[in-house]
Amino acid sequence: MDNQETRNVTPCAQTQTGQASCSVPNALGKQLTPWVMLAPFLLAFLLFFVIPAFQTLQLSFTDSGLTETHGYVGFANYIELLQDSSFWASLVQTAYFALLTVLPLTALGLVMAMLINRLTRFAGLVQAIIFIPNILPIAVMAMIAGWMLHPTFGVVNLVAGTDVAWFNDPDFAMPMVAIATIWWTVGFNVLLFLAALKNIPQDLYEAAKLDGASEWGIFRFITWRQLRPVTVMVFGLQLVASLKIFGQTYLLTGGGPFDSTKVVLHYMYETGFINQNAGYASAIAVVFVLIVLLILLLQSLITRFINRRG
Amino acid sequence: MHTKMTLTSLLAISLTVLLCVLWGAPLLWAISTALRPEAQTVDGLQWLPDPVVFDAFVRVLTMGDLPVFFVNSVVTSLAVTVLTLLITVLAAYSFSQLRFKGANLLFWCCMFGIIFPFEALVIPLFRQIYHLGLADSLGGVILPQVVSPMVLFVLKRFFDQVPKDFREAAVLDGAREWQILHRVYLPLSRNIIYAMAIITFMGAWNNFLWPFLVVSSTENMTIPIGLTQLNDTYGVRYAQTMASALIGGLPVAIMYVMFQKRVASGFLAATGLKG
Repeated sequence: MDNQETRNVTPCAQTQTGQASCSVPNALGKQLTPWVMLAPFLLAFLLFFVIPAFQTLQLSFTDSGLTETHGYVGFANYIELLQDSSFWASLVQTAYFALLTVLPLTALGLVMAMLINRLTRFAGLVQAIIFIPNILPIAVMAMIAGWMLHPTFGVVNLVAGTDVAWFNDPDFAMPMVAIATIWWTVGFNVLLFLAALKNIPQDLYEAAKLDGASEWGIFRFITWRQLRPVTVMVFGLQLVASLKIFGQTYLLTGGGPFDSTKVVLHYMYETGFINQNAGYASAIAVVFVLIVLLILLLQSLITRFINRRG
Repeated sequence: MHTKMTLTSLLAISLTVLLCVLWGAPLLWAISTALRPEAQTVDGLQWLPDPVVFDAFVRVLTMGDLPVFFVNSVVTSLAVTVLTLLITVLAAYSFSQLRFKGANLLFWCCMFGIIFPFEALVIPLFRQIYHLGLADSLGGVILPQVVSPMVLFVLKRFFDQVPKDFREAAVLDGAREWQILHRVYLPLSRNIIYAMAIITFMGAWNNFLWPFLVVSSTENMTIPIGLTQLNDTYGVRYAQTMASALIGGLPVAIMYVMFQKRVASGFLAATGLKG
């Protein structure tokens, strides 16, 4: 309240040129300005974020179809979800993908960034070679990976002298999706690690070299310590990104063979958009949100713990 | 000591070269495939195309739907970029420089949008777009993409860092907020706005999930969706498939090569690491 009154007065008191800015409509305009500027964003945010978020929750308690709304069914969707073996299988597939990608993407990103950081020449070129796959649309990535791993004409089989149908083999499908994903996205992590490496004060290294520290010692006691926060961040980003996997498996394997790569979002898509069961799909979405938020919460707790220990 | 250092360096450089080969190979192989006559794509292992022909590129650009997908991607990505920047610059300025009741709470609500997975909103979003009559239209592709709490976060943080002297000088001159934003803050934030525009454009160009859900007819498909339909069109024509893939990725690849530094700074700012 106090704040508001002062704001009504200040234009008059402060503006030397006076006249117009003292008039009443202008003072009112000044109060409206923040809201006028916010309105377009807030409207879009409300329409395309806030309302859908609540609707997801609301729909999850109904047996609505994709476009028509049906009545409430209480917790029926959630109870069904608990006993739905396809849902649990999709969670397991998602976790398997996370297991295959999160740690390799973090570790490889760190190693690549350190290698690039050592270079005195061509650092920009090497970074570009690693990063370019990352900016390609997912469909382009999938087409190239599909062609590389083609059962008969794929370069991988030709070089290795094998004839494996990589994406049609339940043992190979998910690992191959993981490898394609690593090729596609590791450049982003390299970017983050390189920025963090450049932020490490150089005098730390110079002091260590004067003390005759070994290269391993320098890594362990300087580089690694300084990189710990960004490593936790990359790991967390990667974990959440891996839970959101859909496009890679959808395009490369179609969820098969025998549903062995059908991940949570694929199951949600299939339930909501193919089988038109929006109520049940929304329950899957709610559980998905809870898992993502829980992981983010854990990540921020771990970051805080590490920062406190110094 | 000296030999040990060189050994480490040698190992590091060999590893770097190996990784470059592994990471560059798929794209080079795709280019090599696209540049050969269709019959030679299934001719076994042959690294370099001989003869080099552009038939595949010519065919996918003159026949089939690739040009349609391309135009749709240009239109939707540009629209998303312009609209996102327009509404978000205004909001960021308001949150950063203007005082109003509930500003903090409102800003943190918007920030919740950064961590909330968009994927969980697609069912009600689809229903909404459907009931607005925008299902299977470019407008339906564009609208939900204009909300970017990440860009809001980056721009607000940038505006926060602008020294207050600039603002006070403008206020003393009797400038209104719109003028202060236009004459003081926009010129100062040109670099960060360009960086956000580039990564917003790239994100829209590459967006798969939402256009995939909302678009159903070929004439409205964007590149990432349309490319997935090509196999049905071409059957097993690998040179043409690779040519289409390369054309689909070309605009963002060119943008990256041209604005490498800006792209990097944009992505870093987006993760909150630097900016």
